[in-house]
Amino acid sequence: MGTSHHGTGASDGLFLGPLRRLGSALAERQGTGSSETERAALQDAIALSVTDLAGLMERVEGEAQDILGFQVAMLEDDALAAPALSALDSGTPAHVAWSAALDGEIAGYEASDDDYFRARAADLRDIRDRVLRNLSGGDSSSIASGAVLVGEDIAPTTFLETDWSGGGAIALMRGSTTSHVAMLARARGIPMVVGLGELPEHAATLVVDGGSGTVVADPDDAQHAAFSAALASDAQARDLEEKFRFAPATRRSGSRIDILINVAGVEELDHIDPASCDGIGLMRSEFLFRDGAPLPDEETQYRAYRRFVEWAGGKPVTIRTLDIGGDKPVRGLTPDGEANPFLGLRGVRLTLTREDVFRTQLRALARAAVHGNLKVMVPMVTVPDEITRSAALFDACVAELSQQGVACQRPPLGIMVEVPAVAVMPELFDAAAFFSIGSNDLTQYVTASSRDDARVASLNDPSHPAVIALISRVARYGREAGIPVSLCGDMASEPKHLGALLDAGLTSLSVAPARIARLKAAIAEL
Amino acid sequence: MSETANGSVVITHDVGLHARPSVKLTKLAKGYTSTLEIGGSAEGPWIDAKSIVKVMAMKAKQHSTLFVRAAGADAQAAVDAVISLVRRDFDEAGDGH
Repeated sequence: MGTSHHGTGASDGLFLGPLRRLGSALAERQGTGSSETERAALQDAIALSVTDLAGLMERVEGEAQDILGFQVAMLEDDALAAPALSALDSGTPAHVAWSAALDGEIAGYEASDDDYFRARAADLRDIRDRVLRNLSGGDSSSIASGAVLVGEDIAPTTFLETDWSGGGAIALMRGSTTSHVAMLARARGIPMVVGLGELPEHAATLVVDGGSGTVVADPDDAQHAAFSAALASDAQARDLEEKFRFAPATRRSGSRIDILINVAGVEELDHIDPASCDGIGLMRSEFLFRDGAPLPDEETQYRAYRRFVEWAGGKPVTIRTLDIGGDKPVRGLTPDGEANPFLGLRGVRLTLTREDVFRTQLRALARAAVHGNLKVMVPMVTVPDEITRSAALFDACVAELSQQGVACQRPPLGIMVEVPAVAVMPELFDAAAFFSIGSNDLTQYVTASSRDDARVASLNDPSHPAVIALISRVARYGREAGIPVSLCGDMASEPKHLGALLDAGLTSLSVAPARIARLKAAIAEL
Repeated sequence: MSETANGSVVITHDVGLHARPSVKLTKLAKGYTSTLEIGGSAEGPWIDAKSIVKVMAMKAKQHSTLFVRAAGADAQAAVDAVISLVRRDFDEAGDGH
């Protein structure tokens, strides 16, 4: 039986193929002994590298061009070669001087505590090796398609110079999911696993599962069969996605269900086509309030919120006001040492005590509302007074902005339904413009079981009849009172709960973007 | 005629002053004849905004403040342009990335 190796998935997909080890195919080079000749050799090798990259840039587009553009800009900057050139004066051979200079730069990036900057070390190694190859006249022929490339790490340009037309995969001992190669692999649909540690020295064939981050070396017959089956179901899932992604979600009866998405950051929008959903059902504004970072000012928040509404192009975007506390502490805002933070000062309870922070956010939201179809909701509402106070503050912010001559609009203000007190008696909360059921917190509060504790995980069940009964109650009251109701918890993306949610009368669900197609496919069956 | 100018701006771009923004920043900087420098504090150390090697080596993250100073005939315009580029998130908002 072949051995399984576990790393981190960097790009989804399945591939089986022969192993091809990435070596440093650098030819030996001797220094000429003349510092003038060495200087000319290094400068020629750098110029040649720039030409190589410019040629490669003509064959690629988008992200790949940016990555190569960065390498060209680095090579064209005299500061990169300066330490190497001055070392030549003392008789150091060009390749030694260049390696030392670049290794110094690389070490600087590797020492960064930031994933993004650390991942740039791979780009610097790529630059280093290309110039070394050009110094020694080593060849840089492209790699044939249909193989699993295995190595410590892989250079972005190696990826771009590889022929992927016959498929392929990447399995790295180290590597990073934020590397340029990982971005390229995701864009090209090449399965990739990083952080494998090591693989058997003499493996001939590898199965790479980029989704689970697993690699099987030299699979036996049973593992071959399992791979084929997985590939078939993967292909089926993909077909399904193609078929449903851009179609409206429609039940067998023909009735429409709105499918919106949950997002927690601006960069997520880059990978989602607005045409695949009916809007944003939950935008978690916490991403702007990072622990340890300064609080975002009004302008920063305004520009971020505006990006969401503009992305949606007229479709509704529901932004939730700051929901920290509980399991999401932010130093300087959330209280320390709460015995039971999930029952403590979180969500709207916290923002109402920090009017300065709340006002800044509401002002930014009122300004962003001008650019599209924005709705705002407050989390953790327990008593109607919390809506009254939030709404009054919102109105005051809008009045203040208008007085200052700033373009603004007062968006509808709704609430999250996640505290049982609200779900049991939704009629007390008809001041809300809409209800959004947060099934994760509702389940944890109704079943009194934490979602983070494996020992009580079986109790934390959203299909508990008590949870379903409350969801039905909220949906029914919403229909009677003309208050729109949607659900935005994980429950909505589990096909096994779908029947119960539709039976409860919900017609609007908000899920993680990756779940859209599968959810639509499941709705078509019901 | 020589002038000096300075200013500061908070980096709001999601991952800070990374590869693509650094390329844009240095290209912009090279369009001015003034010496143009950036730093992580008002007291420096100052680095050449026209050198991508040095700009990247700053590893300026999101939420950090970028200080800008320039000296030369077009100093004020250069400082304004850099600040505007950073404020616009390096024009990466909603341009299809």
